[in-house]
Amino acid sequence: MRQKTSIRRKQDLSQLIIPLAALGILVLFNLIRGIVIGDLGFFSITTRVNNDGNTVLAGNLISIIDDASALAIIAMGMTLVTAACGGQDISVGAVGAISGAVFVKVLDAFGLDKISVGSILIGLFAAIAVTIVFTLFNGTLVSVFKIQPMIATLILFSCGRSIAYMITGSATPQLNDKLINAIGKTIPGIPIPTPIFLVVLMALILALIFKVTNLRLYTQTVGINQGAARLNGINPMVIKLLSFVILGVCVSLASMIQVCRLNQLSHKTLLDAIEMDAILAVAIGGNSLGGGKFRLSGTILGAYIILMLTNTLNDMSVKPESIKAYKAIVIIIIVIAGSPAVKQKITAFWKRIHSGSRKVMAGR
Amino acid sequence: MTVKNPEVSTVRRQPMSNTKLLMLIAIGIFVFMYAAAMIFLGKRFLTVQEIFNLLNNNAYLIILGCSLTIVMIGGGIDISVGGVVCLTAMSVAKFLQFSGIEGPAGVALSILLALAIGLFFGIEQGFLVSYLGIQPFIVTLAGMFLSRGVTTMVSSENIPIKHEAFQAMKKITLQIPGVLKLELGAAIALLILLGMYLLLRHHKLGRSIYALGGNQQSALMLGINVKRSRFLSYVISSVLAAIAGYVFIMHASSGKTSIGLRSEMDAIASAIIGGTLLTGGVGNVFGTFFGVMILTTIQEIMAASKVQESYWQEIASGAILALFILLQSVVLAQRGKKVQLQGRLKAKKE
Repeated sequence: MRQKTSIRRKQDLSQLIIPLAALGILVLFNLIRGIVIGDLGFFSITTRVNNDGNTVLAGNLISIIDDASALAIIAMGMTLVTAACGGQDISVGAVGAISGAVFVKVLDAFGLDKISVGSILIGLFAAIAVTIVFTLFNGTLVSVFKIQPMIATLILFSCGRSIAYMITGSATPQLNDKLINAIGKTIPGIPIPTPIFLVVLMALILALIFKVTNLRLYTQTVGINQGAARLNGINPMVIKLLSFVILGVCVSLASMIQVCRLNQLSHKTLLDAIEMDAILAVAIGGNSLGGGKFRLSGTILGAYIILMLTNTLNDMSVKPESIKAYKAIVIIIIVIAGSPAVKQKITAFWKRIHSGSRKVMAGR
Repeated sequence: MTVKNPEVSTVRRQPMSNTKLLMLIAIGIFVFMYAAAMIFLGKRFLTVQEIFNLLNNNAYLIILGCSLTIVMIGGGIDISVGGVVCLTAMSVAKFLQFSGIEGPAGVALSILLALAIGLFFGIEQGFLVSYLGIQPFIVTLAGMFLSRGVTTMVSSENIPIKHEAFQAMKKITLQIPGVLKLELGAAIALLILLGMYLLLRHHKLGRSIYALGGNQQSALMLGINVKRSRFLSYVISSVLAAIAGYVFIMHASSGKTSIGLRSEMDAIASAIIGGTLLTGGVGNVFGTFFGVMILTTIQEIMAASKVQESYWQEIASGAILALFILLQSVVLAQRGKKVQLQGRLKAKKE
């Protein structure tokens, strides 16, 4: 029994090797670079006094973790959808824009100058409800009509932002309010930015769901073999739809964070191109994009790696438009390192060394 | 002797393949849409030139559709094509404008440059996908980032081309005066369409791509070199994307960083509308051609009916896409049921 659990732990952790290694290399690179140029600003954590007169944590590391919040939350939902359906939802950015539009529309209905906790909550719930309707549309196409996820979500990907535009109209409403700042930046008296707490909250909720229910097992079963899952009494349709519902909640939470951070809503740029980053976070986290086993911690690490990479490149004064090229090279290196062919070679190599050393031991 | 065995005749009458059926649906809807446009919007749509205008303006999209069709038939996906189009167009523009090589030599070299870019991306992506077994989505996503990023390094400003030989080549058109006019780019696109049809239909490589898309394991057992076929499908796809970039720059004659933005999604959509399945093994480049025509006709109709807001255009094309996807799924499911039913009936008879 004991041996069994130890084997399981080993397998589980092997998934985290690549993301942890990538993170380690990034940190090491910045450390060496910082020492060479004599400026360790990359790792700085300082305190500063913000406009409202509160002392808050600032610095590069904090801003990386803070910036990654929306991405991390969406990537968590994406992991579930990927695991259950074996495909990705590429409409999250567009659906996020719709969600943000609904959120701001509700706030606007209450009056943008008198935002209260109640109106924010109502706005959030309305946004979540509407977003779930849209993600369920995707989910129905995927689970009931058996269309590949990428194709099914291509529909909303191409017209979602236009729907968001229909909801809000051309104006880009500005939200300047203490409560909005409390969500998007910091709560007075607490030095850590609120989005970080929201990521932790979301992760905890999902962890609790996995702990209490069988959702993780069922999702993985459906992802690995749908037919086998059905024969074992799991309804694959329900599991897939459920993963899309959770994705909907994640997307609307992330979109609220982003709206509050930027203090404005723009249907064109809100969560722009986040779908690619989210899929990337899932892949870097060591999850198979073909469905099946997944680890949320890997995904969250993946999101932070992406932001850290972007930040490092920014730091090296690469043109913002050209960052993509370097990002691509890093992605290629990471996926090559994690590819089955290379993994096989490495394990074979490892075994040879291992058996070699054993022979030496036996010889002695 | 002369009496036919009914069993044999039913077996011999093969049902229409999924590829053909889905393509026929696409053609039918295109004809229906175009006829509706003729009746309700008249004038512009009544001339033959209008169809040729569609071809002239969207030649690059037809080529991209072909490239996506080939990859998708093989069971993969290539979302880097839009970026490759942009990179090729920009590099060619910069080369022609700043290299100082005048005359046909410059044009010839620029064509070589375009092909080299296509080959580089094709070989890189094909190698990673087929020999290292990495998911095509991630590999081509990286390709998209790489090509878009390198484009901004080549230039982040617009480059208008004033190269004389290039301009002369641009002006070559096939035409019957007063009736129709076909640009060189559109002619190239149609040639590529025909070439890819022949490749997929009658060449060994094309048949292998169908086989590996349908079932990789069986393809392997049939002795098909699965890895090589998949590798080549990605190489063809990227080279076609580079050609599409050249055709685009011939039409627009000015390099911009916004070229081909989201065109990969348009190409995927047109391939799907034309009856290519993302699961692989099913598809046809002519179907994709009609997919492109459907998408562009929607835009033309929107423009002609004076819908000002561009968002209606997007919503309309999204709705059409949804319709097609649902239709395909329902049709295929129905056929699946029918085949099952027939199988059961046969089993009962026996």
